[in-house]
Amino acid sequence: MDEVYDVMISGAGAAGLAAGIYSSRAKLDTLILNEGAIGGQMILTDEIANYPGVESTKGYTLANIMKKQAKDFGCKIKSNIKIAGYKLEGNIKTIELEDGRSFQAKSVILAPGGKPRPLNIPDEEKCKGTDISYCATCDGDFFTGKEIIVVGGGNSALEEAVTLTNFASKVTIVHQFNNFQAFEHAIQEAKKNPKISFIMGSELREIKGNEILEAVMIETLTTGELSEMKTDGVFIFIGYLPNTESLKDVVKTNDRNEIVVDADKI
Amino acid sequence: MLETAVHEIETATELEKIINENENVMVSCGRMGPMCIPVYDAMEELEEERPDVKFYVMGFDTSEASPIRNAPLCRGFMGLPFNVYYKNGQMVTATTSIQDKEQIISVMDQFFA
Repeated sequence: MDEVYDVMISGAGAAGLAAGIYSSRAKLDTLILNEGAIGGQMILTDEIANYPGVESTKGYTLANIMKKQAKDFGCKIKSNIKIAGYKLEGNIKTIELEDGRSFQAKSVILAPGGKPRPLNIPDEEKCKGTDISYCATCDGDFFTGKEIIVVGGGNSALEEAVTLTNFASKVTIVHQFNNFQAFEHAIQEAKKNPKISFIMGSELREIKGNEILEAVMIETLTTGELSEMKTDGVFIFIGYLPNTESLKDVVKTNDRNEIVVDADKI
Repeated sequence: MLETAVHEIETATELEKIINENENVMVSCGRMGPMCIPVYDAMEELEEERPDVKFYVMGFDTSEASPIRNAPLCRGFMGLPFNVYYKNGQMVTATTSIQDKEQIISVMDQFFA
């Protein structure tokens, strides 16, 4: 813990890596600390077609370029670590890791990003990779000819549902609201697909089956009524949660646990 | 071809040779997908931290990967990558889909002790 960096950056997604590139290029001694793999949500994205200046690229390719840029300018990166806490008072700031190590810097930039929101239903973690998936590109072909459910109503859910119709015989979208939170073109693409049907105003409550998924329990939110639906797989795309668990007592967060930035200037 | 710094096994024969010549082996069998890359990333770091274990990746979409794809311990897996762990030439456990570094270490501590 002897070294005091000029800048420490929490997070190695697009924002954290960009900060690392600028900071290290300015000859500031820079360290990025990242929980998980370098690239953040970039590497959870198969194709990126809306990054200015890049026509279309794989998420991991863009992440690797950013990582190389930062490292080439002298930025140090420690990934796959767990942050236990922050001490941001005073001139020297400290970030403590769960493994007992700690790092210090004169300045800290917070770019912790987010992680896919779980459904929080029983056995969700246990069923990951068998009955429950979070990636159509990765796992879609395992469900060729099968009937599946997509949970969510945003762009990711609708676009991935359309992608999954390349494999599945039937895709049912289950969404908690009665309207979608997606761009109109994504909604229209899903609605015109003959393999896709919709269950609106409903939430998935339980997965049922012995070793192999057989059915799910779906609650109609207006009535509380539970109904069973047979299915072969569940894909979840219900947005993201901010990675701010270890920051709650350190910076101001809102009711969605997002960091309030420049609150005094709004 | 998997774009990772972890050594890639290309044939079933090579896989057989590796697991028979090394006490502890982890192989992640997948694609360059969003659930696979974080596993490869963690394995890159673990290569330095766990000299007692040999780490490899293998492409999923090849018949050469059938010893992993069709392994009894991988039955029911519907998510990439398939992460398989060998001790003294025997597959001792397997996990499916994304795993973070902590989860991989936990499996290794349990089965490679």
